[in-house]
Amino acid sequence: MILLDEEARLVIRSEGERAYPNECCGFLIGRFGEAGARVVTEARPVRNSREKEERYHRFVIEAEEFMRAEAYARKMGLELLGFYHSHPDHPAEPSGYDEENALPFYSYVIVAVEGGAAKNLTSWELSADRAGFVNEPIGAIPAAFWNANIINIDKEDI
Amino acid sequence: MPVIIQIPTALRQFADGQPEISAEGSTAGDVIAAFAERYPDIKRHLYDEYGALRSFINVFLGENNIKNLEGPATPVKDGDVLILVPAIAGGTGKSA
Ligand SMILES: [Zn+2]
Repeated sequence: MILLDEEARLVIRSEGERAYPNECCGFLIGRFGEAGARVVTEARPVRNSREKEERYHRFVIEAEEFMRAEAYARKMGLELLGFYHSHPDHPAEPSGYDEENALPFYSYVIVAVEGGAAKNLTSWELSADRAGFVNEPIGAIPAAFWNANIINIDKEDI
Repeated sequence: MPVIIQIPTALRQFADGQPEISAEGSTAGDVIAAFAERYPDIKRHLYDEYGALRSFINVFLGENNIKNLEGPATPVKDGDVLILVPAIAGGTGKSA
């Protein structure tokens, strides 16, 4: 189960639309909640480092950016929980290429962008044996979470 | 010659939850191979079906990506720290 903050969804959708016809990508940051649910309090865009002419169907987040995002999460008292990317004019289902490049543990959120408009939002987790992606239900963050967790919502640039 | 390997969060579950371990070897590639031998469940995440390190697995020797040094043949010495860092890649894979 992944619980996505409303603003985080907005960021993923608008980034997907802004990048169209190319793919956008970014980090999902938050903490583990009840029953191991991933509670994403921030979607943090990062540049797609693929060559310009490849960005319509590929994205890459460089290792250096990954380290920076982990350091940022740590500093905020949060964790890196996963990644998002967009599928321009393609369903919000993981491709074989997504699967080859995925790691277990993390959530992979995909937003379909059709003709420039963000549509379906899905989330996936790679099985530990790399057999395939498993769909992960997306929910909203309950008010009780915010009452029980003090999170600095002043997002910082690092 | 023990070298420290820092394991990324996503792969710690395959190494008894440890954030780092030490392994022996004279090159970065050897040390990682020794680590993978000890924790066989981690192999499929580090290596592709041809036995090469997966393209999204980056190995840093201190501040330097071994891609910019001598790759897996980069020599390591006692007390060096290798940091495994994933790059994150994907996409629709559709053609133009
Ligand atoms: Zn994809």
